[in-house]
Amino acid sequence: MYLAGEAWSPNQWITRQFLVLRMPAPIRLRELIRTIRTARTQAEEREMIQKECAAIRSSFREEDNTYRCRNVAKLLYMHMLGYPAHFGQLECLKLIASQKFTDKRIGYLGAMLLLDERQDVHLLMTNCIKNDLNHSTQYVQGLALCTLGCMGSSEMCRDLAGEVEKLLKTSNSYLRKKAALCAVHVIRKVPELMEMFLPATKNLLNEKNHGVLHTSVVLLTEMCERSPDMLAHFRKLVPQLVRILKNLIMSGYSPEHDVSGISDPFLQVRILRLLRILGRNDDDSSEAMNDILAQVATNTETSKNVGNAILYETVLTIMDIKSESGLRVLAINILGRFLLNNDKNIRYVALTSLLKTVQTDHNAVQRHRSTIVDCLKDLDVSIKRRAMELSFALVNGNNIRGMMKELLYFLDSCEPEFKADCASGIFLAAEKYAPSKRWHIDTIMRVLTTAGSYVRDDAVPNLIQLITNSVEMHAYTVQRLYKAILGDYSQQPLVQVAAWCIGEYGDLLVSGQCEEEEPIQVTEDEVLDILESVLISNMSTSVTRGYALTAIMKLSTRFTCTVNRIKKVVSIYGSSIDVELQQRAVEYNALFKKYDHMRSALLERMPVMEKVTTNGPTEIVQTNGETDPTPLETKPPPSGPQPTSQANDLLDLLGGNDITPVIPTAPTSKPASAGGELLDLLGDINLTGIPSITAYSKNGLKIEFTFERSNTNPSVTVITIQASNSTELDMTDFVFQAAVPKTFQLQLLSPSSSIVPAFNTGTITQVIKVLNPQKQQLRMRIKLTYNHKGSAMQDLAEVNNFPPQSWQ
Amino acid sequence: MGKLRRRRIRFILIQNRAGKTRLAKWYMQFDDDEKQKLIEEVHAVVTVRDAKHTNFVEFRNFKIIYRRYAGLYFCICVDVNDNNLAYLEAIHNFVEVLNEYFHNVCELDLVFNFYKVYTVVDEMFLAGEIRETSQTKVLKQLLMLQSLE
Repeated sequence: MYLAGEAWSPNQWITRQFLVLRMPAPIRLRELIRTIRTARTQAEEREMIQKECAAIRSSFREEDNTYRCRNVAKLLYMHMLGYPAHFGQLECLKLIASQKFTDKRIGYLGAMLLLDERQDVHLLMTNCIKNDLNHSTQYVQGLALCTLGCMGSSEMCRDLAGEVEKLLKTSNSYLRKKAALCAVHVIRKVPELMEMFLPATKNLLNEKNHGVLHTSVVLLTEMCERSPDMLAHFRKLVPQLVRILKNLIMSGYSPEHDVSGISDPFLQVRILRLLRILGRNDDDSSEAMNDILAQVATNTETSKNVGNAILYETVLTIMDIKSESGLRVLAINILGRFLLNNDKNIRYVALTSLLKTVQTDHNAVQRHRSTIVDCLKDLDVSIKRRAMELSFALVNGNNIRGMMKELLYFLDSCEPEFKADCASGIFLAAEKYAPSKRWHIDTIMRVLTTAGSYVRDDAVPNLIQLITNSVEMHAYTVQRLYKAILGDYSQQPLVQVAAWCIGEYGDLLVSGQCEEEEPIQVTEDEVLDILESVLISNMSTSVTRGYALTAIMKLSTRFTCTVNRIKKVVSIYGSSIDVELQQRAVEYNALFKKYDHMRSALLERMPVMEKVTTNGPTEIVQTNGETDPTPLETKPPPSGPQPTSQANDLLDLLGGNDITPVIPTAPTSKPASAGGELLDLLGDINLTGIPSITAYSKNGLKIEFTFERSNTNPSVTVITIQASNSTELDMTDFVFQAAVPKTFQLQLLSPSSSIVPAFNTGTITQVIKVLNPQKQQLRMRIKLTYNHKGSAMQDLAEVNNFPPQSWQ
Repeated sequence: MGKLRRRRIRFILIQNRAGKTRLAKWYMQFDDDEKQKLIEEVHAVVTVRDAKHTNFVEFRNFKIIYRRYAGLYFCICVDVNDNNLAYLEAIHNFVEVLNEYFHNVCELDLVFNFYKVYTVVDEMFLAGEIRETSQTKVLKQLLMLQSLE
């Protein structure tokens, strides 16, 4: 007797038979499942599984063909429960190689469940699959195709693509369907093989069999999506596709593919999708499909989900190809009808699509505005979100009042996850379309008071800037803000804006100058009370406290009777634990003590702030006529266009904020005296002997730049300017200002004095620190103002002659 | 040509309310522990929803179309650009076939005959696409396959 190629002695044979007879047959699958289901705890189940796994393992070792199938099936069941089963991988391969259908079937299933392309083992399947693809029984061929199509790796696909292609041309429709989708998988894995399937596609659409038609359309879609050449090649199929679609709609009842009275909706949807791809960006194809699209759109039953699925796909197609405007309006109206549907799935789908088309077909979507706004009250969160985004996209100058009412109501009642976005959106919309300043301020107030704690931090400076712009509303604004925080000062953004305004316009508050509404009677002490409460409250963040303290300080120049109280408050915080507060308090104290003569100038009313585009995500929109669809888009940092237009940048900059402000605002800089301070600041400056330049020389005024590079930070260049005057009269009130392109940052320290003495007897020295992280060529624009010979002089100049060592 | 928008099925899942998987068919590569995590995530996301939610859930960078039949959740994970309503129909189609094949199917049928359920799936879906939609055709094939056992 021979077994496994070796001759066995009769003794060995008998022993083996004995062993086989003695071992009980492995339990059936059903038994196992039943047993496992009786387990009451996880531990019990695990025990059973382990026992069975051990039995299966020894059974595998026996190389027993009879029960292999059963064992693998059990293993797969246990795998589905979440237990490891990799020791069965090779057994699956043996099953696949078997001649019995039941074996093969379990083997392939096992392969699909347990193997994937990361195991080397799977390559061993290739030969088996190849043989099975050529098997005489179509079901075996089917199994092979299925497995290949689900988990075939690139190598396997390469090896077997030829077989798949052959099967694509067979007349057996059962196999053609599978082969088509298998081909899709092959193409996904190995795109270069696409060419190979081209000849087989010639007659695919001539099929009568729906299944084959369906899978063929899928195959064609995949090919067109992947290759522009294929796309161009298959455009000629458009008329045929249109015909097929027409037949589907017009033909009568076809029981096999009917779903709720509609013939083969799945096929219709796939054809529509393919038409979409073919018609995109192509006028001729788009025109050829216009009629059929209109037909589908108008004739499809909408009472059930099926019909709506087709309509939805139709709408997507219409919007994507170059359809005529009448058709587009039809599509949007369908979406509008969807919005009224009871089925929330359909409403959801409609809102998603409308959001995509609101840019291009704005007017058509506007007509459905009221329905969209109603969706704000829907129960499903994802519907609400889409309705909100759409609503913001539809706000314009005409509907702002009505829309804002709805949106504010929504802000009141919506879930917290929406509040931040909604608030930002409202601010944006209000800024663009506010019908009046008073309305604008009221809206801001409403948002701050209803969703005050959800307003984004960067909204606060924007709001402050807005408020400074509406000069005539200052009194009204500060009054309303004051009233708002009287009751509740827990919402930080609200308190911050309020504190800032009270600090600025506190005088208007106590003098009762409000015109817009009934002025309230407030005393200086009451105002200070509320600000102090904010300072003390443990709900206030450090930032808020900073605002409050600065506001109190500012009031020292606007209030008349309470200056001593303010002095006291400020001195208390000089020993605050919070470093920021402490620094401010100390500096304000210094203002009171040593620099009292400068106090009123320093704490003057703020000028109207210019709108500025800052780097990084900002909510201020550049109003150059573009519509801003979703407030949730973060604007990308505008670093793109900068390098190209540096000259223009310089022009803008002197009017904008790149000049370091001499007015001390919130970030207080120590008033540095030149001399001693310089040594500290410059630290370990490397005097590398960079040549100095004459930056400006005109009318007797000469300005020289000397350079030093920092050792610690290679992007920092320190420029010391020296201004000298060769005329016979002094230049007084000399102010030097500088601007650099946006990629640089500039810090201007205080000058040594403001008088340039005549006859070059002395100079004004000033230090400029330039941060140049992108190592771009340094350019600077300077502005000089001074009084000379009794008249005010002003000059602008560009400095271009910076030596390379100063910025490289 | 515009960016390629992939649309296809990523995986099909049948789970019961307790989170036990009755079928998991994957059309994408995942590690075993990734698969387990996905199954748990899907379960968590889907079971908290009720009648007032839509049948679509955003899930990682895909979306799940699901429908609940008695105690079982049938979930298909597709790409974001896929047609939700069509896949909802596909789920229903699939469930109707199961119902016919097992004669008023219940969860236990799926448990004891899990390998047959995979066969049904493979008859109707392949390579992440819908393959055969005609219920009569699918049932005919299934009966033929059964006769080979």
